Amino acid sequence: MKQLLILSGKGGTGKTTVASAFIRLSEARAYADCDVDAPNLHLITKHSKAPSRKDYYGMPKAEIDPGICINCGKCRENCRFDAISVNERSHFVDPFGCEGCGVCEFVCPVNAVSLKSSVAGDLMLFKEGPVTFSTARLKMGSGTTGMLVSEVKKQMKESAEETDFAIVDGSPGIGCPVIASLSGADMVLIVAEPSLSGISDMERIIKTARIFGVIIAVCVNKSDTNPENTNRIKDFCKLEGIPYTGSIPFDPMAVKAVNKGMSIADIDCSSGTAVKEVFNKTMRLLFPEGRHSQK
Amino acid sequence: MKIAIPADEKTLDSTVCQSFGRTPYFLIYDIEAESADFIDNSAASSQGGAGIKAAQSIVDSKVSAILTPRCGQNAAEVLTAAGILIYKTESSSIKESIAAFKEKRLDQLQEIHAGFHGHGG
Amino acid sequence: MPDFTDMAAKNLKIAILSGKGGTGKTLLSVNLASAAADSVYVDCDVEEPNGHLFFKPQWNIEKEISVKIPQVDPNKCDGCKKCVEFCKFNALAYINKNLKIFDDVCHSCGGCSLVCPQGALTERDKAVGTLSVGDSEGVRVLSGMMKTGIASGIPIIKELLTQCGSLEDDRPIFIDCPPGSACIVMESIKDADYCLLAAEPTIFGRHNLEMVWSLVRLFEKPHSVVINKCVDQSDPTDEFCKENRIKILEKIPFDVELGTLNSNGKIAARENTKYRDLFSSLLEKIYREVPHEATVNSER
Repeated sequence: MKQLLILSGKGGTGKTTVASAFIRLSEARAYADCDVDAPNLHLITKHSKAPSRKDYYGMPKAEIDPGICINCGKCRENCRFDAISVNERSHFVDPFGCEGCGVCEFVCPVNAVSLKSSVAGDLMLFKEGPVTFSTARLKMGSGTTGMLVSEVKKQMKESAEETDFAIVDGSPGIGCPVIASLSGADMVLIVAEPSLSGISDMERIIKTARIFGVIIAVCVNKSDTNPENTNRIKDFCKLEGIPYTGSIPFDPMAVKAVNKGMSIADIDCSSGTAVKEVFNKTMRLLFPEGRHSQK
Repeated sequence: MKIAIPADEKTLDSTVCQSFGRTPYFLIYDIEAESADFIDNSAASSQGGAGIKAAQSIVDSKVSAILTPRCGQNAAEVLTAAGILIYKTESSSIKESIAAFKEKRLDQLQEIHAGFHGHGG
Repeated sequence: MPDFTDMAAKNLKIAILSGKGGTGKTLLSVNLASAAADSVYVDCDVEEPNGHLFFKPQWNIEKEISVKIPQVDPNKCDGCKKCVEFCKFNALAYINKNLKIFDDVCHSCGGCSLVCPQGALTERDKAVGTLSVGDSEGVRVLSGMMKTGIASGIPIIKELLTQCGSLEDDRPIFIDCPPGSACIVMESIKDADYCLLAAEPTIFGRHNLEMVWSLVRLFEKPHSVVINKCVDQSDPTDEFCKENRIKILEKIPFDVELGTLNSNGKIAARENTKYRDLFSSLLEKIYREVPHEATVNSER
């Protein structure tokens, strides 16, 4: 199974819009939404049945039994994450701040502290006939996004073993979740925005992606909002030897399509035409011998 | 001599697990005795540092080499520090991988990938 | 310009957040800070800081932010492995009579040094990023940047907010938050007096607003919404706010000129009076929202 990962660095560049168009154009049988903080792909892809769900357990969290606590304060003194507060009765742990390190449990002289497993998110798998869509949602305030991303991809792979091609809508940013998205990817398509912020973020993402030795390609979305910056990106790619797969113009029809739950490849519009070009160029890089089967 | 292989199931007919750090089991195989022992990988459910923990349990099993399709930087550091050689599997079958190793057809793993810091936060 | 010194709280902290990136958080925070003229702008998006690209400040201070990582005295270590067993993050491994410490996985909890019966573990500092402070036409700019490959930006955000807390004046503080609703966002809004939620008028925008709205309610922060890049009179986000009685403070229409200025790294409120007026009026609306909220939350 060859995996195409779509990344953007910053959010709001149109990553999900491009990913959904690619899914439609490639008739991909397997796809995943790794933006577990703010999953959006399910809003455009159509699913008639409800998904199967699984709890995702994050780091265990500390809990203090107020009946045993003697208010000595040792836990609070030693907590590096400011996760322990005190009231007249006892000390208590803020589950959002707690990182599950176990120090408080270790220092408590009366064994009032215990680490309990906590649900940090929700894994969801949509499976309809041959099509598999894997996604997840992180419970608010949780950490451990990297591991949940890995679970989303694992779920997709396990459910769609015979498929030749999968599309992964990646996480924004450059941290752990992106690194976790990159694992197992054969190619990364970076959707860049022609703004100073967009360029700066694109550069940081390329730096991170290069560590993985995957094929990297770039395309620009909303290219006509700043043609000068679009050209800067094209020049940068040329200099760095990164294939440039195309420019997609800003298109008000795109917003309308998306709000109706359709991809831009479904309607006749300028962004739809442009994304088809980007799609063809990208696929040629990933499948240089041509894509063999359309199972 | 003993070798370790990440295994999807607890049988010699199993496939090689694609992930080293989060494989459900490790096969510890004694080449001369031709005996197989399966251990659970306690690192599989770890939040983070799975590769490190898995590597530590491999070191504790006293193997001389591991056969794996991939390996992360941190895990590789632990294994290398212990003098354990890392070979790259080509086949997804455990039996074929063992045969390939015995016949010296396997190369050492060159591409070590960066750590995943699976924990986020 | 409204006189904010009458406000219940000094150093009024306004956090600007959104469920996802690209909705206009930085556009809003940068322009509101500029419209306030005498203010502080804090960029808590330490993975992808952008505010400094607009302010282009004169940097006065650059500080390295570090976390504590254990180090072992091999003479004292007897290989008991209590530290390896204790570490919940698997950052330690004991091989060939050597304790290996994995910096990038370590969460700096200090646990291993505490459990070591021989006192063989002490701590050293490890740089995780930088904090820079500068000025740009009356706006004090605080920006933090995480080094690539580091797992968590929380230590940098904590330091950024500590720096804000130690300011000696009454200037309002605009906190440009990271996108999403994970721990780094919670860290950024922890001490905010008011939250402004930036949203897009699309089904994505509505979905993402819903998530970040849950967050601000969980933290009991007074809040309102600004919908950015509006094209039609009504849209899914607008409907969502109406259904849930969330106050919409402003609907900024999709504006090519504003977009171009923004993509060229220009602060619209400083470029022409039309935008200065837009953001000043929004600022005024926020100040009017805060006092009666602040009296409800009187500890602030």
